[in-house]
Amino acid sequence: MEIKKEYAVQMHGITKRFGSFYALDGVNLDVEKGTIHSLLGENGAGKSTLMNILYGLYQADEGEIYLNGELAAIKNPNIAISHGIGMVHQHFMLVDNFTVTQNIILGKEPVRAGGILDMKKAREHVRRIVEKYGLQVDPDAKIEDISVGMQQRVEILKALYRGADLLILDEPTAVLTPQEIDELIRIMHNLVADGKTIIIITHKLKEIKASSDFCTVIRRGKGIGTVSVQDVSEEELASKMVGRSVRLAVEKTPAQPGHTALELDRVTVAGSRGVDAVTELSLQVRKGEIVGIAGVDGNGQKELVEAITCLARCKSGMIRINGAEVQNTTPRNVVDHKISTIHEDRQRRGLVLNFTVAENAVLEKYREKPFQKHGVLDRGRILSFANELIQEYDVRPEDCAQQPVRGLSGGNQQKVIIAREVANEPDVLIAVQPTRGLDVGAIEYVHRALVRERDRGRAILLISLELDEVLHVSDRIAVLYNGQIVGEFQQEEADEKTIGLLMAGGKRYAENG
Amino acid sequence: MLNDLSLLIGITLMYSAPLIFGALGGVISERAGVINLGIEGMMTIGAFAGAAVGFYSQNPWLGLLAAGAAGGGMALLHAVASVTFHADQTISGIALNLIGPGLALFICRLYFDGATMTQPVAHKLPKILGDNQFNSVTQNINVDVTVPLALVAMLILWFVLYKTKWGLRIWAVGEHPAAADTMGIHVRGTRYICVILSGILAGFGGASMTLAVIPQFTPVAISGQGFIALAAVIFGKWTPHGAYGACLLFGFAQALTVFLGGGKAPVPSEILAMLPYLLTILVLVLFVGRSAAPKADGEPYEKGVR
Repeated sequence: MEIKKEYAVQMHGITKRFGSFYALDGVNLDVEKGTIHSLLGENGAGKSTLMNILYGLYQADEGEIYLNGELAAIKNPNIAISHGIGMVHQHFMLVDNFTVTQNIILGKEPVRAGGILDMKKAREHVRRIVEKYGLQVDPDAKIEDISVGMQQRVEILKALYRGADLLILDEPTAVLTPQEIDELIRIMHNLVADGKTIIIITHKLKEIKASSDFCTVIRRGKGIGTVSVQDVSEEELASKMVGRSVRLAVEKTPAQPGHTALELDRVTVAGSRGVDAVTELSLQVRKGEIVGIAGVDGNGQKELVEAITCLARCKSGMIRINGAEVQNTTPRNVVDHKISTIHEDRQRRGLVLNFTVAENAVLEKYREKPFQKHGVLDRGRILSFANELIQEYDVRPEDCAQQPVRGLSGGNQQKVIIAREVANEPDVLIAVQPTRGLDVGAIEYVHRALVRERDRGRAILLISLELDEVLHVSDRIAVLYNGQIVGEFQQEEADEKTIGLLMAGGKRYAENG
Repeated sequence: MLNDLSLLIGITLMYSAPLIFGALGGVISERAGVINLGIEGMMTIGAFAGAAVGFYSQNPWLGLLAAGAAGGGMALLHAVASVTFHADQTISGIALNLIGPGLALFICRLYFDGATMTQPVAHKLPKILGDNQFNSVTQNINVDVTVPLALVAMLILWFVLYKTKWGLRIWAVGEHPAAADTMGIHVRGTRYICVILSGILAGFGGASMTLAVIPQFTPVAISGQGFIALAAVIFGKWTPHGAYGACLLFGFAQALTVFLGGGKAPVPSEILAMLPYLLTILVLVLFVGRSAAPKADGEPYEKGVR
């Protein structure tokens, strides 16, 4: 391959091993100057590893990196920064109780004699960059007080302050509302117009189409190739990423709702900071329908789920399951009333990681016959039950029943949880972020499982931060903002713009006419 | 009346000085994200080193320097264990609290004919108004030089933490080490420096007991001051000035004990002696919320672990 000055970055034959595992195996990446180049791959495909090598956080075992046509040895982030590379990490690297300006200047502070900070100069410098690229941020605001979208702009500012010409954005849209994503894409185009180059790591196909010029696909540590984004469809990109054809749309028939299974009646739940996290919220979920709750993280989702499952107290209001009140009882009582929950954090709430798959499979059933007799567990019965689930739900590896669940991949861990919860034959199934951190194939599986359970007559409450998921899977969509339902739509009448505005606290279109 | 008041102020300042040094040590270490429960042990070793070197060299200032070095040396152990090897910082701190007094006694017996206390130093650290004060009021407020030194140490630490780039970096390392690391700040180096400084300050604190308050090291010279200092760190919300104020309050409790113990109150002196410790517990019960603590306090930093 040719080394050219027109390329901001050329990574050739990059190989990275962790022990005997090849995270990257001879990957090539050529990024033209002044373009937006996306890096597409499933979780664990190696795209973040590749970028961490470019940023000097890891060292490649083999391969070369050329920056603007010259060979570069990037041994640590400081060297990367001095070459004009900036990285915005997926988990923001911001000090919460610092101001925007303090975060930006950290490590490269303007000082007067004796190391004394020159905050006035710092503030002016920050304001100049803010104005140049139209990044709206208050330089004196504290990070903990500003929105996630704004925090991300601070991360971009940090890189620009250090003179970055090449920006690496790691999954930048995962935490943003649709409006914030539009804003980010606008900023990206501003930056590129000014001659900057951007590499964006993502697995969201829609955003690649909306933002990028080129896309390089990585699958299981191997480069699959680079395409010009305007020449390919989302489906083609998805197939390249997964290695087989994928259906992005969720197939289902219209819902045939029955009677109300779960009813929330003016439920109020206290939050952690003395303000109510959920305020007078009312909602009904009927058998045979999927109700999706859309909303930005931190608007009461967590507290709502905890109230329904009795992990948190309701200050007021009633929660009824098939007509019976369950609020402020115990989690076990809720399970006995036929509610099952797929919790958001499968590693902390969903599973006991050091227990075997079989033990995890009976976490809610161990005290029932035939799994125990006189308080002694019947290991044989537990094992055969677990093996049935493993078969039915295609958990891999198939002989995992006696292995710790920790060793399974995220998708298979999630299958164990879904299998366990569905095996309870619940009337109401609550799924919180059921596809978080899963790859396209596993997401497809989870969505189909939810629809299948709906068709078996269960009432399903889906709570997700991924708006696309809520829009595609749900029959009815409720928008949660600031602890209240601010809008309800049938799936066919829901559009992304309206819901996105409501999620961000905007007024209802209906009210504005 | 003026006499009583000046006496109370004088004793308060006298007992506060060791606490202030210890607490400032706690502040700088925890600001960088390393919990230093070993302040007590570092103060003890400092108290001994100060008194022993002060006795043999006949120069209290050399003693003070030796105390800082001894405390810093102990702190280096803590830094190696908790920063380099990611050991549990609580356990490491407790270990130092056991090593400190043990080592002090062991060396003391070696160099002072098997006695568990050093001989009195010939020259204590000077008083701020010199030696010859005959007016009882000026005599009362003629405190040790460690009192203004403690104030200066607080002011310097405050200035460094709030006004300089090093302060910003220490702060960042204690709140979000991964963020600091990605900005090219040397997290481990910063923590090492802060922990060692913490030990040096604690050593000074120990010496301000045995080179100023009393003229020698005894096994009970440092008895809980390190823990009271840590309580002051929390009460003072991990700030130098806050911790300084908290130490004055604890010093006042100790002064009251001394003051009322002279037959002025109808309470047994043993009960009175509990006052500073009771106050510590009370303060901790009322003010211990973790809200003000540095976010990464007590968490070892490992590169690449998310």
